[in-house]
Amino acid sequence: MGLFILRRLGVMILTAICLTFIVFSLTNLYPNLEKLAKTQGNFRMSDEAVTSYLTNRGYLQPRLVKYGQWLGVMPGYVIDGSDGETRARCAANRTPDENTATFCGIIQGEWGQSTVFKEDVSGIVSTRLGLTGKLMFWVMMVMVPGALIIGVLAGMREGSRTDRSLSTISIISTATPEYVSGVILIAVFATPLFGMQYFKGTATSAMDDANFNNFFLPVITIALYGMGYIARMTRASMTEVMTAQYIRTARLKGVSFPNIVMKHALRNALIAPFTVIMLQFPWLLNGVVIVETLFNYKGFGWTLVQAASNNDIELLLGVSVVSVFVVLITQLISDIGYVFLNPRIRIS
Amino acid sequence: MDYDLRNDAYDGPILEIDKLSISFFTRLREIPAVMDFSAKIQPGEALGIVGESGCGKSTVALGVMQDLGVNGRIVGGSIKFKGRDLNTMTQEELRDIRGSQIAMIYQEPMASLNPAMRIGKQLMEVPMIHEGVSEKEAYERALEVVTDVKLPDPKRMLNSFPHQLSGGQQQRIVIAMALMSKPSLLILDEPTTALDVTVEAAVVELVKDLGKKYGTSMLFISHNLGLVLETCDRICVMYSGEAVERGSIEGVFDNMQHPYTQALFRSIPLPGADKNARPLIAIPGNFPLPHERPQGCNFGPRCDYFEAGRCDQGYIPMGDAGDDHESRCLRFQEIDWNAPIAVGAQTEKPEPGRVVLKMDNLKKYYEVAASALFGGNSKKVVKANETLSFEARESETLAIVGESGCGKSTFAKVLMGLETATDGEILLDNKSIGNVPIEDRDTKTIADVQMVFQNPFDTLNPSMTVGRQIMRALEIFKIGNNDNDRRERMLQLLDLVKLPRAFADRMPRQLSGGQKQRVGIARAFAGDARIVVADEPVSALDVSVQAAVTDLLMEIQREHKTTLLFISHDLSIVRYLSDRVMVMYLGHVVELGTTDQVFSPPYHPYTEALLSAVPIADTKIKKKHIVLEGDIPSAMNPPSGCPFQTRCNWKDKAGRTLCETEVPPVRMLAEGHQVKCHLSDVDLAEMEPVIEIAAE
Amino acid sequence: MEPLSWTGSLGSTLIPALTIAAAVFVAGVILQLVMGFFAPEVKLQSNSDGTLQSRGGLLGRLEVYNGYLFTLVVFLIAAIVVVSWFMPYGKAGILGEISKQFLPVWIALIVTFVLSITFKRKLGLYGKLFDSTIGMIGFALVMFWVFTSIFVGLFDMIATHDPLQQISGIKNKTPGFPVPEGQDADFFPHYLLGGDNLARDIFSRVVHGSVIVMVIAPLATIFAFMVGITLGLPAGYYGGRLDTLLSFLANLILAFPVILLFYLLVTPEIVATGLPNYMAAFLFVFPLVFFGVLINSRYKTQGSKNTLYLALVLIPLAFLYVNVVSDADSPLHVWPESLDFITIPSGILVVFVSVVFVNSPTVYRIVRGLALDIKTRDYVAAAQTRGEGTWYIMLWEILPNARGPLIVDFCLRIGYTTILLGTLGFFGLGLPPESPDWGSTINEGRKLLLIYAHPALPPAIALLSMVLGLNLLADGLREESLKD
Repeated sequence: MGLFILRRLGVMILTAICLTFIVFSLTNLYPNLEKLAKTQGNFRMSDEAVTSYLTNRGYLQPRLVKYGQWLGVMPGYVIDGSDGETRARCAANRTPDENTATFCGIIQGEWGQSTVFKEDVSGIVSTRLGLTGKLMFWVMMVMVPGALIIGVLAGMREGSRTDRSLSTISIISTATPEYVSGVILIAVFATPLFGMQYFKGTATSAMDDANFNNFFLPVITIALYGMGYIARMTRASMTEVMTAQYIRTARLKGVSFPNIVMKHALRNALIAPFTVIMLQFPWLLNGVVIVETLFNYKGFGWTLVQAASNNDIELLLGVSVVSVFVVLITQLISDIGYVFLNPRIRIS
Repeated sequence: MDYDLRNDAYDGPILEIDKLSISFFTRLREIPAVMDFSAKIQPGEALGIVGESGCGKSTVALGVMQDLGVNGRIVGGSIKFKGRDLNTMTQEELRDIRGSQIAMIYQEPMASLNPAMRIGKQLMEVPMIHEGVSEKEAYERALEVVTDVKLPDPKRMLNSFPHQLSGGQQQRIVIAMALMSKPSLLILDEPTTALDVTVEAAVVELVKDLGKKYGTSMLFISHNLGLVLETCDRICVMYSGEAVERGSIEGVFDNMQHPYTQALFRSIPLPGADKNARPLIAIPGNFPLPHERPQGCNFGPRCDYFEAGRCDQGYIPMGDAGDDHESRCLRFQEIDWNAPIAVGAQTEKPEPGRVVLKMDNLKKYYEVAASALFGGNSKKVVKANETLSFEARESETLAIVGESGCGKSTFAKVLMGLETATDGEILLDNKSIGNVPIEDRDTKTIADVQMVFQNPFDTLNPSMTVGRQIMRALEIFKIGNNDNDRRERMLQLLDLVKLPRAFADRMPRQLSGGQKQRVGIARAFAGDARIVVADEPVSALDVSVQAAVTDLLMEIQREHKTTLLFISHDLSIVRYLSDRVMVMYLGHVVELGTTDQVFSPPYHPYTEALLSAVPIADTKIKKKHIVLEGDIPSAMNPPSGCPFQTRCNWKDKAGRTLCETEVPPVRMLAEGHQVKCHLSDVDLAEMEPVIEIAAE
Repeated sequence: MEPLSWTGSLGSTLIPALTIAAAVFVAGVILQLVMGFFAPEVKLQSNSDGTLQSRGGLLGRLEVYNGYLFTLVVFLIAAIVVVSWFMPYGKAGILGEISKQFLPVWIALIVTFVLSITFKRKLGLYGKLFDSTIGMIGFALVMFWVFTSIFVGLFDMIATHDPLQQISGIKNKTPGFPVPEGQDADFFPHYLLGGDNLARDIFSRVVHGSVIVMVIAPLATIFAFMVGITLGLPAGYYGGRLDTLLSFLANLILAFPVILLFYLLVTPEIVATGLPNYMAAFLFVFPLVFFGVLINSRYKTQGSKNTLYLALVLIPLAFLYVNVVSDADSPLHVWPESLDFITIPSGILVVFVSVVFVNSPTVYRIVRGLALDIKTRDYVAAAQTRGEGTWYIMLWEILPNARGPLIVDFCLRIGYTTILLGTLGFFGLGLPPESPDWGSTINEGRKLLLIYAHPALPPAIALLSMVLGLNLLADGLREESLKD
């Protein structure tokens, strides 16, 4: 078991390195850098000026070297610039002194500076992540129990009316992406158009003080889309289990129907949805970005959009690292959880 | 409840089924599955229901359990359990009876146990539900029953999950679960079909003993006449939803009164049948689909005694054939049941020709990771085939016999070129092919060595017409110059396997199992194969179809002088059709000789046990009773010394330590008869025949 | 001109009737659902005519009534549609006029359904779709948009105005607002669904948006399937290192949050580097490889036929390929411009490429799993033992037998692709901002959502109905294909 986790961890780190390298390469493409130089310097820079600006700040080093420095496994650059200034990656305001560290990458906790917010990336990421965490917590609280209950109820008697109605509901909810359900929900419940203005159409105030009134719509918008999907998975898994021979064995042993569902079917039926819930995270992240943009909730997703659309390279890299790790860790949890839930694999 | 079903005072029949009819309903039509079925089981009695797949025997069992699913329904008749009609009981009353009064065991032991629940918990549940006993008492009870079903280390068993047990052990657990509340009626639906023969024999023995010990009545459902003979007191033969004959075992087996029963017995290979002198008589035609049943007698279109205008009119009732014996035939009193069998075309035994295939010390080892999931670098070597040596001649049938894990499939793969040999050689016409993978073989070699597969439902590509599949084989074997040539040749091949030419344009799903298997044979012979490996070609087919397919194979073999390597676990059919037999166990050839040599003493101890384990549907046969302990060891972890030493009954005679440490040498007992055993010549000479035909 | 009301003169009769019927129906369904939990498991009863009656009692009767109500609702909707056709302009209200605009679509739908239901027994899986209510509803929704896009895209019907035309004075005006006198008299006299914040007709934008979705989504899905199948089959069939490597790469892409990937790929800066063109050159090769191998493995044994078929398929495909890949302003300028008939705008190309890129790994995983399962079948072993090439086995023995799940996934995936396209539009990535596609239109509309809700709703509902249709269709197909 320990070896298994270790191996999974190894693959995970390899994946993380590959992914961050891809992100790093894509954000450090020359057109991006050029744009950066012009926004930081001035918009009427000549091509030569751009080149020297970038060279002086280490942006034109070989890609692998830059990546190594950013990661913190290679010493940060110290460049005697063509404009006479000496700049070092690891110095506080780029001017090196005796306290300047040799390595300063994300491993050392140096995430760089955001050009848009003029703050430390690590600071921005952690506050924003906290806000998104609050949102996700409530999404999970609504989505997971709801989806499991719908799935189990629909799947325990396949083909029944209950099944058909609940399945249709879950199909509708999977067919409604967040930007559609969000728009519809806001139009219906946050504008006077239909006379049902019960909630607030923006969640900006929920950042400090979340309440039912300003937080319900964003939460339900994310939850709805994922809920249908998980419910359908649960239903599929439940119907499969309910037709299994051992359920017949239990029935012919004289076990009552509620007990068959609770004691015999549920555990076997929940193995597959568990994996699905965990693997939903990359997609939930999507939902978070959409909903935070739509409801103007300044969390992690909103930060991603800001960083990406303003060419804020360091911030975008930081956000990418965090989201890639969130996804990979949930995958790891899903793998381990699968093994724990399934005795067939656990004890072999 | 008006009275307690546990009441011992009741002394009528345990189960009384009267004119039961069960139908399944689809959106299009009602499909009758069981019609007018009656049966009675007295306390302590065992009733066997025999029939081919689709005859409705399992539906009867589920009807008794009142568990027919969403679409099934009892449309007539009654099922009385201890005098009370099950049809009118409420769900609660039924739940009360299920598991405590009537218990059921079915085919797949692995599937019938909950994979996520410890075995102990699954067993304890039964008395806890029905008798409300405490957990402690239930545990005691479970321990006791697990000991009863002869499982080693009961405490550890109770604490395991199902996947940790072997198939035989799982089936014993299922039996234990059924016996937990000491039911009055036990329904067994093909309980041993998924098990190996030697394991099956032990399980059957156990069921019989426990039935006696607990005084349980049994309803035993099987397609295997021999098994029913061994386990039951009375028998009921079903055909296409109806009971056609009913009576005591002796009555039905020795004095059959229905043409179907007779035809069934004539189509199974019993000792004495011989492919040349006394060939099997296949039942013509096909089993009717439930919605295409004929008027009058269902068996009419396939019956030798059919009389137009009489047998195809209206309803045919069960007729009394005297002495607790009934038959659903209008003519049973007119038919001369003792008339000699119109013997099928007798043929000359063809002389085996020159040697075409020679195996020389063939070895095949696999390397596998010790545990696929948790990794680790420890590689294990699985010895799938260990020093295999034999020769096969032109127009000879060599049977390869063994149970699961004996290495027969691996051997087939190496021969076909899907794997290459680890060591040793395969010589085809003195040309070594053992290390030539199939990509490197020339077309001629590939076309010469072909294979017929086991599962008819899997052997044809479901999304290609039958004709296309055969034509593809012709294309790849470079036969015929253009599509028209090949089409002509394909139609000839269909003629060869006795299928109508119109089948060329059908999709495989429109064919029955037997027909698919014929197409598989046609495909194998597309390139005039000289060596055909038939991997259990008939074991998945119904009894009545088996004979026809076997005969077809024999006939083509005779015409084409083919060498047939017939892989099987069924000794009856092996004895019927093979010239020589090779018995394998865990990758070793333990015995090799002509059919007569292998089927008469001296035997290898494993062959002896195997012979004893195969049920034979003939009351005149006396069998020596040999039951092997335990299960077949895993090929991943074979025992030291002789591979068979863990289960051998003769181990003491040969000297324990010798068997446990050394692999026995190959010994020649007679010309062409070899065994791999440590037993002395004296011991071998003392062996008695396992099967004896009692004097008539 | 007077503004149109929603229902016109139907408002007093048919519409209230429909509203009441629909409300009662919904209430009935909910009641039935609630009762379903408490009702005991009822034993089936067989009737003398061979049918099964599943329930009796109060619940059973409720179910029957709900069935009638549903028929009534459908009938009322049909009546409204038909009646409005015969009313003079302006009398049938906004809904009536919209239904009139869709007249060619209604006719096409009716013809399709009548033909399909008549010949359903001869049409294989497609025919069986018409046995399932869910499948039929899904199919109708999908075909509605398919026909709409055809009539809009090819014949320029249905739309009432140019989707880009701005008419002053109708900025953010509510549905049914009349076009002011003296503007262009050739145009339709009303903005049926109102105007957006640039005073463009929302109705026309929505129907024009369907063309973009209908072109990109299925095509991108087909390409994703080509890539997934061409890589997934060998991975599943061979296993081993190839499988490990390909699966690692697939997981790599899957671990990427989709939005991040889009933000990285679909930006003008990336387009400037030419990366999308290289990716397109790589991804668009797969159909050529796929069809080439497909034909070659099948006809390898018959030399001349093989060459002929290969030439017939590969030459046009190769021509298309260079046409699509080579462009004057792309780094891959390999084909003379005089022969270059197809030029894809770089915005659409990058959207297309990234959608294919995101979808391929999932298809790969599905195909790989199916191949792993099917390769253990005896007919695959039979093909091996007669010395078939591995590509023949993969493409002709395994792939046709995996078609059931793949068709179902194909439908679902078109829906998913539509959602992805919408997501791109929602963030204003790729497609030009004035593009009428649904995602961009929602994006435009949501900015003023709290003040003017009406511009964002129609494209949202259009996208919802289309994706819902595809999901229902997939569900119906899955159910019907499992039946035998």
